[in-house]
Amino acid sequence: MIKNIDMKKIINISLAIAGFLLILSSCTKDLNTIPIDEDVVTSKVVFDNPDAYKQVLAKLYAGLAVTGQEGPAGNPDISGIDEGFSQYLRGYFYHQEFTTDEAVIGWNDQTIKDFHYQTWGASDVFIQAMYYRLFYQIVACNEYIRETTDEKLDERGVSGDLRTDIEYFRAEARFLRALSYWHALDLFGSVPFVTEEDLIGAFFPEQISKADLFDYIESELLSIDDLLLDARANEYGRADKGAAWMLLAKLYMNAEVYIGMNKYTECISYCNKLTEAGYSLEDNYDHLFLADNSNLAEVIFSINFDGAFTKTYGGTTFIIHAATGGDMPPEDVGIDGGWGGIRTTKAFVNKFDDISGETDTRANFYTENQELEINDIGLFTDGYAMQKFSNLRSDGNNASDLEFTDTDFPMFRLADVYLMYAEAVLRNGAGGNAGTALEYVNDLRERAYGDDSGNISAGQLTLEFILDERARELYWECHRRTDLIRYGLFTGGDYLWPWKGNSFDGTSTDSKYNLFPIPDADLGANPNLIQNPDYL
Amino acid sequence: MTKFQIQKLLLSLAIICFSVVSAFSQGGNVTGTITDATDGATLPGASVVIEGTTLGTVTDINGNYSIDVSLNTTLVFSFLGFETREIIVQPSTIVDVALTPKVTRLNELIIVGYGVQKKKDATGSITAVNSDEFNTGAITSPTELVMGKIAGVQITTGGGAPGSEATIRIRGGSSLSANNDPLYVIDGVPVSSSGISGMRNPLNTINPNDIETFTVLKDASAAAIYGSRASNGVIIITTKKAKLGGKALKLNYSGNFSFSTPTKKIDVLGADDFRNLVAEKYPSQVSMLGDANIVWQDEIFENAIGMDHHLSLMGAVKNIPFRVSMGHSNNDGILKSDNIKRTTIGTSINPVFLDNHLKVNINAKYMNVDNRFADRGAIGGAIQFDPTKPILSGDTAYGGYYAWLQNSGNPVTQATTNPVALLNLREDLSNVDRFIGNAQIDYKMHFLPELRANLNVGYDYSKAEGTVYVPEYAAWSYDDATGGGINNMYEQEKKNELLELYLNYSKELKSIDSKIDLMAGYSWQHFWRKNYSINSDVANTPSKTDTISDPTEYYLVSFFGRLNYNLMDRYLLTASLRQDGSSHFSEDNQWGFFPAVAIAWNAINEPFMKNVKTFSQLKLRLGWGITGQQNILDNDYPYLPRYTSSQVNAQYQLGNLYYTTLRPEGYDANLKWEETTTYNIGLDYGFAKDRFHGTLDFYFRETNDLLNFIPVPAGTNLTNIILTNVGDLENKGAEFSIITRPVVKKDLVWEIGFNATYNENKITRLIASDDPTYPGSPTGGISGGVGNYIQMNSVGYSTNSFFVFEQIYDAEGMPIQGMYVDRSGDGEITTADKYHYKKPAADFFFGISSNVQYKNWNFSFSGRANFGNYVYNNVASENGVYERLYRPEGPYLGNVASYVYDTDFDNPQYLSDYYIEDASFFRMDNIKLSYIFKDIINGNADLSLSATVNNAFVITKYQGLDPELTGGLDNNIYPRPRIYVFGVNLQF
Repeated sequence: MIKNIDMKKIINISLAIAGFLLILSSCTKDLNTIPIDEDVVTSKVVFDNPDAYKQVLAKLYAGLAVTGQEGPAGNPDISGIDEGFSQYLRGYFYHQEFTTDEAVIGWNDQTIKDFHYQTWGASDVFIQAMYYRLFYQIVACNEYIRETTDEKLDERGVSGDLRTDIEYFRAEARFLRALSYWHALDLFGSVPFVTEEDLIGAFFPEQISKADLFDYIESELLSIDDLLLDARANEYGRADKGAAWMLLAKLYMNAEVYIGMNKYTECISYCNKLTEAGYSLEDNYDHLFLADNSNLAEVIFSINFDGAFTKTYGGTTFIIHAATGGDMPPEDVGIDGGWGGIRTTKAFVNKFDDISGETDTRANFYTENQELEINDIGLFTDGYAMQKFSNLRSDGNNASDLEFTDTDFPMFRLADVYLMYAEAVLRNGAGGNAGTALEYVNDLRERAYGDDSGNISAGQLTLEFILDERARELYWECHRRTDLIRYGLFTGGDYLWPWKGNSFDGTSTDSKYNLFPIPDADLGANPNLIQNPDYL
Repeated sequence: MTKFQIQKLLLSLAIICFSVVSAFSQGGNVTGTITDATDGATLPGASVVIEGTTLGTVTDINGNYSIDVSLNTTLVFSFLGFETREIIVQPSTIVDVALTPKVTRLNELIIVGYGVQKKKDATGSITAVNSDEFNTGAITSPTELVMGKIAGVQITTGGGAPGSEATIRIRGGSSLSANNDPLYVIDGVPVSSSGISGMRNPLNTINPNDIETFTVLKDASAAAIYGSRASNGVIIITTKKAKLGGKALKLNYSGNFSFSTPTKKIDVLGADDFRNLVAEKYPSQVSMLGDANIVWQDEIFENAIGMDHHLSLMGAVKNIPFRVSMGHSNNDGILKSDNIKRTTIGTSINPVFLDNHLKVNINAKYMNVDNRFADRGAIGGAIQFDPTKPILSGDTAYGGYYAWLQNSGNPVTQATTNPVALLNLREDLSNVDRFIGNAQIDYKMHFLPELRANLNVGYDYSKAEGTVYVPEYAAWSYDDATGGGINNMYEQEKKNELLELYLNYSKELKSIDSKIDLMAGYSWQHFWRKNYSINSDVANTPSKTDTISDPTEYYLVSFFGRLNYNLMDRYLLTASLRQDGSSHFSEDNQWGFFPAVAIAWNAINEPFMKNVKTFSQLKLRLGWGITGQQNILDNDYPYLPRYTSSQVNAQYQLGNLYYTTLRPEGYDANLKWEETTTYNIGLDYGFAKDRFHGTLDFYFRETNDLLNFIPVPAGTNLTNIILTNVGDLENKGAEFSIITRPVVKKDLVWEIGFNATYNENKITRLIASDDPTYPGSPTGGISGGVGNYIQMNSVGYSTNSFFVFEQIYDAEGMPIQGMYVDRSGDGEITTADKYHYKKPAADFFFGISSNVQYKNWNFSFSGRANFGNYVYNNVASENGVYERLYRPEGPYLGNVASYVYDTDFDNPQYLSDYYIEDASFFRMDNIKLSYIFKDIINGNADLSLSATVNNAFVITKYQGLDPELTGGLDNNIYPRPRIYVFGVNLQF
């Protein structure tokens, strides 16, 4: 039967088949399709748009404030955790404040009570969130630093003003990376280490020692000193020399904790640079923490929030809502309703001679229907509440939204510099003198009291006093844990506060808790890592 | 003559007289033998009836019959499974009748991918359910048709809402984070499994009345022809089509009227008990109590009615067979304000040209669904709301509904919400249009009739539009500054295109007593979707308005081929290979190869089996195959480095301007296919002339390179959890099915079907470094506190095993709050003391159905059972604690569930194993009684009336509302109602 068929027919059919196959092969090109959503751009072409450089930098700063590309939640930066918990400042508050005498939290979210009890473990979900948030920042900064090298900019033909701007942007990205590495050093100690030399991919980062990490942070900050804009010369929200000096001061202040070396002299030298840079104390203490607290002369570096445009369930939205509960009228702090979580312990309350706020205006206690003693840590009315941060403007009016706050968070401010100077002098650092130290401290007391009735004498200026004054001045600004560790009082039995170690009056805790454990998930993913001492 | 001889003589005389008398009375005897036309075997028990009467007889054990008839009587000869014959007979004749078997089950054609095969030639594990075997009653979704009917296939609805989503698992789930749903192929068009906004179950597009067969390809040797999407099995749905021949025009009307009623409530405190308990536990808050006496669950649930109409017309016009059908249904849910209306129109035209050489198949299905979604938060709300507060406050504020208020008169933001207000004030509406069409041309070559070319072009389009509106005076969305309320809209458009071409060559080689069938093909599919939504408040305040628009797409290109070889009808071999390319992976990893081989031995056809009459069917099957998985639901470009812009409300202020940020996304450039290898051994058996028949299968499935979201080492990528290939998973089990007819009589037939499945699922590897101390990845978020997880995927355990603390009990068996076993022995209760305890997946599940046909009556029932499945009772863990009575963060009062009396817990103990309950159950899915009036209206029509009860009863120890939950987490499941259905079916 086949013999009867024309050759012609066979040729026709073969041609048809060949034609078909040609069409088929072109269809396979469809497999290399690229995103069609105009909000998504491939890395190859993203920097074809010159505005992109500042937008990517904006994300590096935004990483401190928001949790994803949708506010208040959605399209998150890191996953596996409730998005509210993954916010940088909120996590930092949990680690630096809940673990101390300054704050307790009454919620039932998983292991959140372990922070105040100092009983956390390596599978703690909040510790994991903080850890990954820090590394999110670090890797994002590394990526930006890679994309803004001289070679890359030359390749793209970038020059002129844009080029100059990008060089500042790049220095600021290095600052932000150093900031997150400092937080990592302070919270976790020895961590995995990656720089812009380490490309995205599958590999196991090495674990860096605390000493080497200290050196790296120091060298980065020293090298970008020349590359940043002068202190107070940059746009609001962006880092400048002042921010870098402050971070160096912090690094040196705690050098004994990190590397067992005395660096108080270096600390004083940077404190001096800061006090001469033109910052000045705000007249009214409360104004530092209100909805319109941007562009204040006292603030060296802040994390900025906005009720309409920078929305998050963390940040100051978290601090203000969580601190409101019980009978407290939410409209007193410019919000719609409280979340009933945060109060303080009597150990902190007792640092004030007068808790009414009439003399020392920093005593912002809310005591109506609140008990001083904490019998049930889960009950909001046990423990005095505090109203430090508020979403009202300085004229008493509401801010742009009742749920999401406008209030910026002052990470570094001049008052802190004054207290660091005083402490470094008392710890025998060179380059400063006791007289100036006393002056600085009294400046703060005068600002707080409104007159000199709270001033102290030279004899009263002791290390212990400075620690207490840091509490009164800087409470809830995420410094407390670092300060207590520096004084050797964070763990152990030398300083007890209610519910430390999960006991009513407080009890001694193991010194392993001076560092947080590397999360189980990363130990499992990276065989190069060794857990911090004494954690299982 | 002896006495005996005289008696015999008299008897003979009598008989002769009788016969003469009978002959003169125009009656006489007809005798004969009834045989099977194919092999001449006699048929005992065959029926011989005088047409138009009930007079008749049955053949004896030798197939012989004898019946008295008058002149020109029409006798009807029939036997189950055979074509009925009518013959006009005359008295005193011998009439032997040979009956031809109806298309038997074995000769029946079943649908395999890209073609059909005779059931007896099939080598893979395939189960087909036809329309006469479907479940009945108030069926809104195709998946409900086969619940409990197929071994190895577990179908769970999402709850009792009409048209609710259904989860289908074939032989356990083979994935962790990629999709676990099987591939659906509807009339030859593989459809995307991702959902459609505004429609809970995308399969609702197909009206169940239009479905002819529901075929499940279970093992890899059957499914591998679908390659990259077949890892979870393939379900092929074909709709009813007209055939040439048969009656000219067939019209069918089918109507259902249903009445749904809630069956069970959570036991919460009544108003007086509540008052007493508040006085006891929180005496200082007694002033917050009210005067009313409300049972909130009674206020939100109601009896619901529904109806379903379906009309179909089937026939041929000028030799072109066609079928047109229309359906309309309107169903209320038992949760007040829930409603779904659906209209479907389907047509199919199947002309045949060129002397049967060119077959054209054109199908078009259109569906429109109108939903009003009731706010399911009302279910939990009704359990928690204070029973002493009234529904209406007597005030005009907040829509007149009672709400917890602060001193300022503003609502308490943390308080529970009035569930009746939630249902009445919220309008969540959606309207979905969907069209699935395809045109298939099958051409048998004229010069070479063994060669056939088949071209299939398909198009699947859907458009969904929805709005959510809550007025600004509703208490729960109230905003003092901007007004509040909710005013959202969303739109989703999806377009899927298909182009498929294959050639099929089939030849019988008589010289070697073999048949071969060779197929090679190409397929191209494009999936595109776009979501567009605007979320805002009633005043459209700019700072509260979010606009999101994200189009995305992916492509699949494949080449495939299959060989079927049949030797002497005894030895069967099937081999297939598919090469799939997906745009989800980078160029280096785009292509995957999916081979499969299966052999079968039709032992029944062996010469040595010819004399063994016990078996009517005996086939041994062995299969092996590799299938793939590439369905990554949320991201179509996971391998590509890219940047995403932020929304307006996630900007950052630098200087005086707010900047939209650009974020580099995490990616895995080396991402590749997930592959599942399946080994299957099966036996198809039948004995006593197929009086008992069924299958027995054993399978082992291993998934490698599981697509999984796992934490990558910190510092190596732009986010912490990346979709990557790491991990292995194993499923093994056995399936057994049997269909039997214990009673087969003239007027009475009883058929029972039973299937049982055992499945064991285990994760065998989870992370790259294979660290034995890695605890696993947490999953299973629960309500209560924020971010609590109750399950953990770990190596050596089932997927989604529960990960909890071990509760300690006192001497009377009451749990002691907060006391757990210190499994780590370190003196503290930390996460190190948690352990894996039970899992949500059932170990065994079985289905049973029974059908009794007595004359024109039919009585049937169908039920299912699961064993070994556990559920975390989140309703008990959240609401069974005294702490719920008074919430200081409001403050407000809330009701407790009476679970609290079993534990006496003050504070929630979410992570205690006390709340993991055995949810094994037996559920009677439907019981139906029907009667058919045959040949009414001048013998032209059949009318069938039926009464059905769906969800007749459930037997279980589980204390919650319903033990049937896919993920094992009971967080206010929408309860399944009992439905009474009255049905009418008129067939012309």
